Amino acid sequence: MPMILSEEAQMVRETALEFFRERSPITALRKLRDDNDATGFSRALWQQMAELGWTGFLVSEDHGGSGFGVAGLAQVMEAAGRTLAASPLLSTALLGASLLDLGGSADQKDEYLPPLVAGEAILALALEEAAHHAPTRIATTARRDGAGWVLDGRKVFVLDGHVADHLIVAARTGGGADERAGITLFLVPGDAPGVTRSRTIMVDSRNAAIVTLTGVAVGPDAVLGPVDGGADLLDRVLDRARAGLAAEMLGSAEEAFERTVQYLKDRKQFGVAIGSFQALKHRAAQMFCEVEITRSAVMAATAALDENANDAALLASLAKAKASETLYLCGNEGVQMHGGIGMTDEHEIGFFMKRARVAQATFGDAAFHRDRYAALSGY
Amino acid sequence: MAALDAFRSETRAWLEANCPPAMRTLMPEEEQVAGGKKATWARPEQKQWLERMAAKGWTAPTWPRQYGGGGLSPEEALVLEEEMQSLGCRPPLRGMGLTMLGPVLLEYGTEEQRRAHLPRIVTGEIRWCQGYSEPEAGSDLASLRTRAVLQGDHFLVNGHKIWTSNAHLSDWIFCLVRTDPAAKKHEGISFLLIDMDDPGVRPRPIRLISGKSVFCETFLENVRVPKENLVGQLNKGWTIAKRLLEHERKGIGGIGARAQARFETPMQDVAKHYVGEVDGRIADPALRAQVAGWQMKNHAFQLTRRRAAEAAEAGAPPGPLSAMFKYYATELNKDRYEALLAAEGVQGLGWEGEGFTDDELRITREWLRSKANSIEGGTSEIQLNIIAKRVLALPD
Ligand SMILES: Cc1cc2nc3c(=O)[nH]c(=O)nc-3n(C[C@H](O)[C@H](O)[C@H](O)COP(=O)(O)OP(=O)(O)OC[C@H]3O[C@@H](n4cnc5c(N)ncnc54)[C@H](O)[C@@H]3O)c2cc1C
Repeated sequence: MPMILSEEAQMVRETALEFFRERSPITALRKLRDDNDATGFSRALWQQMAELGWTGFLVSEDHGGSGFGVAGLAQVMEAAGRTLAASPLLSTALLGASLLDLGGSADQKDEYLPPLVAGEAILALALEEAAHHAPTRIATTARRDGAGWVLDGRKVFVLDGHVADHLIVAARTGGGADERAGITLFLVPGDAPGVTRSRTIMVDSRNAAIVTLTGVAVGPDAVLGPVDGGADLLDRVLDRARAGLAAEMLGSAEEAFERTVQYLKDRKQFGVAIGSFQALKHRAAQMFCEVEITRSAVMAATAALDENANDAALLASLAKAKASETLYLCGNEGVQMHGGIGMTDEHEIGFFMKRARVAQATFGDAAFHRDRYAALSGY
Repeated sequence: MAALDAFRSETRAWLEANCPPAMRTLMPEEEQVAGGKKATWARPEQKQWLERMAAKGWTAPTWPRQYGGGGLSPEEALVLEEEMQSLGCRPPLRGMGLTMLGPVLLEYGTEEQRRAHLPRIVTGEIRWCQGYSEPEAGSDLASLRTRAVLQGDHFLVNGHKIWTSNAHLSDWIFCLVRTDPAAKKHEGISFLLIDMDDPGVRPRPIRLISGKSVFCETFLENVRVPKENLVGQLNKGWTIAKRLLEHERKGIGGIGARAQARFETPMQDVAKHYVGEVDGRIADPALRAQVAGWQMKNHAFQLTRRRAAEAAEAGAPPGPLSAMFKYYATELNKDRYEALLAAEGVQGLGWEGEGFTDDELRITREWLRSKANSIEGGTSEIQLNIIAKRVLALPD
């Protein structure tokens, strides 16, 4: 498991950093927010991202992708995190592509992957049902109806759910509450009869939706992966999402940290730069350490996922926990060290603190992953 | 690669044949071998193991052969370390000569100084101690006052050092002394090697909170030091002093990567032992979170060390990362003992006598010892100052 970037990954990294800096700075997110943009991201930008091949990093070559891998996509996500760029990278290029690539039938791959890679189709995973991440606590039901199925339930915090062309819904086809067995994934058109979607406006100005399913009928070909056996596929894909999101959060933490250090050099009080005050210096030095620690965890996790290593799940939890703690630290310290200006909407540092909180809660916060790490380690 | 594989199998075979079984057991702190004329041996195998390793130069694996070292490349030295770890071999010799003074003499010493001192460090014949700190010069080391006056062929040294680890068991001391009191504080310091046989050198042990005496006050009174024992140039000792501190911090920064970790009971098993298990999990969820939190921090830190090592191997200059290791490793080590004590409850709070196992008593003392980690070799606050200044370029 290498802890230095390959040349190809380094190139992707540089391209992505420049891309987001130029085409999607934080002003773009602000504008989406202020315009009450119905989509919540720029389709034109997404199209350009697809042209750069990023939508195909987790899709095999047979279906138009490059199979470049999680570590490669993590470079793009880290760069996107730096400018808090809104896009369906997580929902579609990572979650949607992985679910189909790892769990889809040949027909499903043929049908869904090429438009996804082309940047034409948006996917969304409809998983959570409560306030905290709980991947097996699923009450949404799917009952057999002739050859097909009928789905009923309510999903929350569905990333890009209100604009997705297809939802991938986790439903219970057997087993009791919170059991791993009995979970099945279904591909459901976003506009299927019985589906209602309402966008939730989140504190970070990024996309999420509540999706209700009322007697939604789907055919037998809607089942993605094994009936009753969806939990394993979900685990694998969620670990990719956790590591990928951790990369995005690392980028946001780095950016918040660097902006704060710059401010410590620029802002003068008592006739000197505030960065000469040791109370601030030490906290900045501690942030530096945590950012570096997090980078190591993210690199190890993404590499392990690409290699299907035995400790990939453990490392994914490590990366997500560390990224959650570190972005939380850098967001909060960022605002505090900016003083009054940090509390204004006009200044950008607050965007990082808001994003931190939502990203932390996505696919398990630090406490969730601490407990999972312990369980995976046998304690 | 093939050559390295061959070296690995030869090394393993040699270690298996030459490392006495008694030296493949957990080494209690009091059985650490530091050599010197006052060395005592708890068991004969310690001496045997040291002699065999020293004969190959493997107590100082990367030092050149002409000074008694092993002449190994960094890659070979890593292989040796890995094989020793996998067999559970004790380090045959430890000390400030090997980790701190030696590297500095290799860089700044004269040929005569290297020939005179390095071979006797490799064999453990001479034990060294560090005369840096003084009562009025700790973190502000450069304000030290111990005076050395050049008088013909020798320096006359007078002063008072403190916190000198193991001075009472050492043979030689490397000292920072002031040779130009008129110059600015960093510019009048020299680096001297002093034979402690001189009757003017008097170490007096100080008792630590762990009950042990591992450091001393060291008085220097009219000590005569031959001119040849000056390392580097007169009044240019500060550069050498700082370089030695880098080696010291690197050593302390490695504290979590314990050579004999395989003999230690993992923290989670200690926790299960004292608070019990429910469904195979540590019964107390708060303690479980503390243990997992520590393990994760340690995991990510060890990955960071590996990342730095890989970057160095790939030829990257020693990056900003190295500045954080001393700070992070020592804080982590303190947290480790706090978690162990939390797990043990009152069993971790015994001092001596009945009612406590040897392990419990050992951990209590190691917990106290660990508190020094973030003080010795430059405090955590000083390390954070260094990161803020060198890495983040924050203004003074
Ligand atoms: C177990 C042990 C072994 C040692 N062995 C040796 C040895 O062999 N040889 C040797 O020469 N020395 C040795 N030392 C001494 C060690 O290097 C000093 O204790 C250390 O450098 C701190 O100096 P001080 O004790 O004078 O504390 P002080 O410098 O007085 O520090 C007291 C407190 O003030 C803080 N502080 C000081 N300056 C600053 C600043 N600029 N900014 C923020 N905070 C600051 C410190 O971080 C600390 O918390 C040893 C110490 C210990 C504990």
